[in-house]
Amino acid sequence: MSGKHHDDHDHDHNAPESGPALRVKAIETLLVEKGLVDPKALDALVDTYENKVGPRNGARVVARAWVDPAFKASLLEDAAVAIEEVGLAAGPQGEHLTALENTATVHNMVVCTLCSCYPWPVLGLPPVWYKSAAYRSRAVSDPRGVLHEFGLDLPAGVELRVWDSSAELRYMVLPMRPAGTEHLNEEELAALVTRDSMIGTAIVAAPTAAGATK
Amino acid sequence: MNGIHDMGGMHGFGPVVREHDEPVFHAEFERRTFALALVMMGSRRFNVDEYRRTIERMPPAQYLAASYYEKWLYAFEQLLIEKGVVARHEIDVVMAALRAGAASNGAHRAAVRANDEPQGSGAGDHNSAEMAQHENVAVGDVSRATSDETKTAHAGGDSAALSEALGGGARSLRLDQSYRPRFKPGDRVIARNLNPEGHTRLPRYARGHHGTIHRDWGVFVFPDTHAHGTGTKPQHCYAVEFGGRELWGKDHPAGERVYVDLWEDYLDFPLEVDTGEAQPRSAAARKHSSKSGKSHKPGAKSRTTKPSRRVAAKNDGRGTPNP
Repeated sequence: MSGKHHDDHDHDHNAPESGPALRVKAIETLLVEKGLVDPKALDALVDTYENKVGPRNGARVVARAWVDPAFKASLLEDAAVAIEEVGLAAGPQGEHLTALENTATVHNMVVCTLCSCYPWPVLGLPPVWYKSAAYRSRAVSDPRGVLHEFGLDLPAGVELRVWDSSAELRYMVLPMRPAGTEHLNEEELAALVTRDSMIGTAIVAAPTAAGATK
Repeated sequence: MNGIHDMGGMHGFGPVVREHDEPVFHAEFERRTFALALVMMGSRRFNVDEYRRTIERMPPAQYLAASYYEKWLYAFEQLLIEKGVVARHEIDVVMAALRAGAASNGAHRAAVRANDEPQGSGAGDHNSAEMAQHENVAVGDVSRATSDETKTAHAGGDSAALSEALGGGARSLRLDQSYRPRFKPGDRVIARNLNPEGHTRLPRYARGHHGTIHRDWGVFVFPDTHAHGTGTKPQHCYAVEFGGRELWGKDHPAGERVYVDLWEDYLDFPLEVDTGEAQPRSAAARKHSSKSGKSHKPGAKSRTTKPSRRVAAKNDGRGTPNP
C-alpha cells in the first residue's frame, strides 16, 4: 500500500500515512509477527463477506418460501435450520435466525438501536444507513417517517412491527410476493427481492417496476 | 451504561441517508479491521459482549464522529492492549516504522524488540496474552490453537465452517443449561428501571414500560456480566412486545408495536415493581412492594433449575461481533 499516496485523495483512509489505515496495518503486522493471525485467513474472510455472502442469499430464501409452502412453514418455524435447504448455513451473526412474515395486515421492519446487529448469512454486511444514528434512533420511535423516506407509505390499517435486535437473535423479513408474478419461476422471483425488502424498509415491487429500489 | 450508543428514540440525527450502489467496504482499512476483529474474537482473546462494551466506552463525541469500522478499530485495539496481546508502545513503534517506509525490510521488528527490553512489568507480551487466555477460561475452552482456527477459516466460504472456525459464533451464546423460565408467552411484564454504569442490552426507551412476553428464545449468556468477565449468568431471553403508545405516549400513531429481546434479569411482573420511594398508597400495597423488592435484586431470584428439553450448543460463551 505504501507508495500509493497520491492516488488516494478521494479515500484518505487508504493512505497508510493516515490514521486508521496506518493503525490497522501496524496491528496486523504485530499480530502476524506474534503468530496470532494468518494474513491469508484474513484475505479469505474479506473475500467471503465482500464477494460471497450478501442479500442474494436472502433473496433465494424468500423466493423458495414463495413457491414452496412446506419450506415457508419451516422457515417461519426456525429460519437458522430452514436456510440449509437452499444451500446456506447459519454462520456468524445468523446462528439464531428468525424470519418475520409480512402480510396484508402486518408489516415488519428490523433495526438494532444499540449497535448494528444484522443477519449476515442471508443479507451480508449491513449498509451504512442501517448503522447510522438516524436509522437507529428513529426506527423504533418514528418508523412510518423512516419508511416514508424510503418511499414506502403503508396503507392505513396495516400494523407496523419493529424488531430491535437487542440480543443474539437475528431477523430477516419475509416480504409479500407481489401480484402478477404467478408466471415467474423461483430464480426469476429471487431476482425481484431486494435487500431493503428483507430489512423491512421496502416492499417487493411487481416485475414492471422492479429495479427501482435497492 | 446510559451511553451515546443507546440511540432508540433520540432526536436530531436527521433523515436516513442512503448511498446508491454502496460497496461492502469503503476502504482497505475497513476490510482488515473487520477480518482481524473477527479472527481475534474467534480465538477468544475477547468475547462479543466485551467488544460491544468497549465500543460503548468510546467518548460520546468521538463515537458520533467515527464511522462504523473506526469504532471497530478503536475497540479492537483497546481490547488487544487491555488483554495484553499487544502493547501500546509496540503499536506506536510499528506505526512509526511504517510511516518511515521501513515495513518491508523488517527494521520495525528490531525496533519493537529493542523497545520490549525495558518493559519489565508486562513480563513479555506473550505471557500477557497467555494470561488473557486464562482469564477467558471461565467462559470458554481455549484449548484449540488460533492457527488451527484461522486455517479452517481460510478453508472456504462455507458459512458453517466459517462460524466454527470463528469459535462457534453466537450459537455458543445460547446454552443448553436448563432453567425454568420465569415468564411465559402472554405474561404481562415491565422492563426494569435499571441504569447500570456497565454494559447492558436493555435499551433506555424500554425501561419502566409495560410489555407482553411474545416468545421465549431459550437460555442465553447474560451480556451484563459476560462483558465484564464476571460470568455467563445463564438465563432466558424473551421477545417482549411493547405498544407504540406505551413507549412514546398517547399521541403516538396507533398500530405500532416494538419487539425487544430482553433477558430475564431485565424484567419483572408489573406488581413486583418497587420504585424505592415512599408513595401514598395502601398499606397492603406497600407491604407487597417491599417484600417483592428483595426478590428482584439481580441474582437473588428463586430460579428453579429443572431440566428442560432445550438442546443447544456448548457453554463456551463466545460469539462474533456485530456492534
